[in-house]
Amino acid sequence: MKIELVVNGDHREADVWPGESLLFALRERLGLPGSKNACEQGECGSCSVLLDGTLVCACLVLAVQADGHEVVTVEGLAGNGELHRVQEAFVAAGAVQCGFCTPGLVVATADLLARRPEPSGDEIREALSGNLCRCTGYQKIFDAVRIAAGG
Amino acid sequence: MSTTTARQLEVGRVGESVPRADGAPKTTGQFAYASDLWAAGMLWGRTLRSPHAHARIVAIDIAEALTMSGVHAVLTHDDVPGAKLYGLEFSDQPVLAIDRVRYFGEPVALVAAEHPEDARRAAEKIRVEYEPLELVTDPERATEQDPLHPDRPTMGHGYRDDPRPNIVRHLVIRHGDPDAAADVTVSGVYEVGIQDQAFLGPESGLAVPDGEGGVDIYVATQWLHVDRDQVAPCLGLKPEQVRIHLGGVGGAFGGREDLSMQIHGAMLALHTARPVKLVYDREESFVGHVHRHPARIRAEHRATREGRLVCVRMQILLDGGAYASSSTAVTSNAASFACGPYEVPNALIESTCVYTNNPPCGAMRGFGAVQTCFAAEAQMDKLAAELAIDPVELRLLNALAPGDTLLTGQVVRGSLPVADVIRRAAALTPPEPEELPRDPIRLPGGAGNTTRGEGVQRGVGFAVGFKNICYSEGFDDSCAARVILSGDSAEIHCAAAEVGQGVSGVILQVARTELALDDVTVATAGTAMVESSGSASASRLTYMAAGAVQLACRAALEEQARTGGDVDVGRVYHHPRTWPLDPETGQTTGDRSHVALGVSAMRVVAEVDVELGLTRVVWIGTAQDVGKAINPQAVHGQIEGGTAQGLGLALMEEIQTRDGLITNASFTDYLIPTALDMPPVVAELIEDPEPDAPYGVKGVGEPPTVVSTAAIVSALRDATGRALTRVPVRPDDIVGLTS
Repeated sequence: MKIELVVNGDHREADVWPGESLLFALRERLGLPGSKNACEQGECGSCSVLLDGTLVCACLVLAVQADGHEVVTVEGLAGNGELHRVQEAFVAAGAVQCGFCTPGLVVATADLLARRPEPSGDEIREALSGNLCRCTGYQKIFDAVRIAAGG
Repeated sequence: MSTTTARQLEVGRVGESVPRADGAPKTTGQFAYASDLWAAGMLWGRTLRSPHAHARIVAIDIAEALTMSGVHAVLTHDDVPGAKLYGLEFSDQPVLAIDRVRYFGEPVALVAAEHPEDARRAAEKIRVEYEPLELVTDPERATEQDPLHPDRPTMGHGYRDDPRPNIVRHLVIRHGDPDAAADVTVSGVYEVGIQDQAFLGPESGLAVPDGEGGVDIYVATQWLHVDRDQVAPCLGLKPEQVRIHLGGVGGAFGGREDLSMQIHGAMLALHTARPVKLVYDREESFVGHVHRHPARIRAEHRATREGRLVCVRMQILLDGGAYASSSTAVTSNAASFACGPYEVPNALIESTCVYTNNPPCGAMRGFGAVQTCFAAEAQMDKLAAELAIDPVELRLLNALAPGDTLLTGQVVRGSLPVADVIRRAAALTPPEPEELPRDPIRLPGGAGNTTRGEGVQRGVGFAVGFKNICYSEGFDDSCAARVILSGDSAEIHCAAAEVGQGVSGVILQVARTELALDDVTVATAGTAMVESSGSASASRLTYMAAGAVQLACRAALEEQARTGGDVDVGRVYHHPRTWPLDPETGQTTGDRSHVALGVSAMRVVAEVDVELGLTRVVWIGTAQDVGKAINPQAVHGQIEGGTAQGLGLALMEEIQTRDGLITNASFTDYLIPTALDMPPVVAELIEDPEPDAPYGVKGVGEPPTVVSTAAIVSALRDATGRALTRVPVRPDDIVGLTS
């Protein structure tokens, strides 16, 4: 079935199977593979996107549920070839290793800082506890959040 | 071209902290992982897997599946074009099950279809008739049951000949007088559960037929050339007809050493003459790769009243699961490093790995040393308590040093700063105890702890980890690199797999340093462009790739000086030779069986709610022997990440099985550490150069994983006063329901 939605500011249409997740539609139908498919059960946060401004796991949203709504993915955080400050901070802090969790963490961090510009250490840990990372042990991710927050 | 004699580099010499070159594209979503690949006309592959841990296959009927909408191929073992068996070291594993399945999740049939959902539904319509067979699931009994591999695939390779059924390898190390007696004896039995690598990027790849009978495979893997050498015979192709290209890798940790989708995807692609992509989901990933060997270890330490180790006797039983994978090397690694980095004049170490119908086990970060470190360090704590000696002092008293002899008879010639590492870790100052009551997020168990912290006790633990760097036992290991110098720029070809660990950065930093050029790029790794790099494993790749790139860069500069023009130079680097272990005594048959040695010490503060059985690791301080840090920021990243994986094994990570069937194949039920579980990690890098290694480097990825499980449980013992002889430590163990 046909869906229409706004993705990263652009009007997009897709012909989806009704059982497909928003994650599948983004990755396989709309050419946006930045959101990752690590568990597809809402446990790891690698597919985190903003749906009408709310942080969601794209694997837990059906593509048809996004019909008529606005989605921002990791590809849409920054514009004009620039990095978003969260992306810059992740690179500078060494918060990226294999990077599979990184898009989800970047989106989750941008969401946190939009809601809470100067989060405490515990607030950072709690806000990112839904995003699994297997490589870094999280230390440099916390550093990156603090750098992005300007602290 | 510049005529100045000393060019000034802008960034990225050896020894500098440099951001990753792939960092930016990984933050924007532009970096292409193997699961992101796409090709025109692409089909989706699906693997039908065994629901039984051990069964005879009576019949396979694919007729209905072939009629399903969107289906282009349904393949079974009959369709394997070449060799029906493959394996990382021993060809004991069917490409697709033939007449028998030996583990839960073993591949039985393949489907290619237009949409992944079409493929899934078609796979459900394949009728496989099974006849369940007697299970071999208790490793203690495996050697008394019927053999799972009657042809004994690991025999005849220079290992001790053990005629018992289901032996993968049985290694005995006899060192000094194994019956030597001493003043004090402590003993214990220790168990380690099955740990999963749980890399976040699931197994995935894209196979593209070349139209001439060959195939290109873009895949997340750890060693391109060993993949090719397993894939080509099974496809009935020449090696050059199979080109393996590194797809973006979402973590590895040993779990991508064995093949996953490579042969399957290529079979479907060649059969359909269409590109075929396979992407495992998380549940399939849990059965789609080998795991860390579960272990049962009986240990007896004998020492003088002053605390000098006199004799260690240890029996190590590893469950290898259904196929050999790299189990033979894990068996010897567990034995070689069984006692930790201590001088042990007399020892009897028996290390046994058996075939069972449990999940197959193979490489995972730490590779046998994790299991024995947990047992040996618990024993050191027990001995310290028995002798009323400070645990750190006991370890210092017995610390190995250059010139000393390992259990395997090898005299340590290179770097081994054990005492320095121990002292530096012990000198790190933990934070003061936190007051109660406090925000529940900082209580053991986090927000799930509804008390005011009445049951919270604090403990401090210490442990030392010990492991080899590079492959061992006479393996002729090498790494190739090719340097194309053109004007003021250079391109480096090396098949070293960037799995997230940062080897691409190592290659760049070495090349920039050697060539004194800023404009250096690393080409995507592929088997068609360069010879083998060897594996991204065994803490070997920084050592080996740095060696190869350094060698090739120096040769390229010489060539350029001679010819004055552009050059294209390849070189192959070998580390110092090693020798096998004697099959009867476990002693080295040359001057060494291990190339180099890494050591790490860790101090841990933990809080335990002794009434609820909940834990919180508060702080970790560690010192690690790193040889020379090529990129200190990346080395710290390896230490922090490796520590987290050890924390997972200590506290939460275990694949649960019932009659060989995995019962927790999801991130809902198999827990890995989150941002709330990890404490701050303070790490000191001890740079004591390895004399034979390029720049003095040592691999750094594994020692933190080896040591952290042991160190964390040491802290839990201190907090609870309980023996805690099994990892992961469960709430029931802490409150005393299991002992």
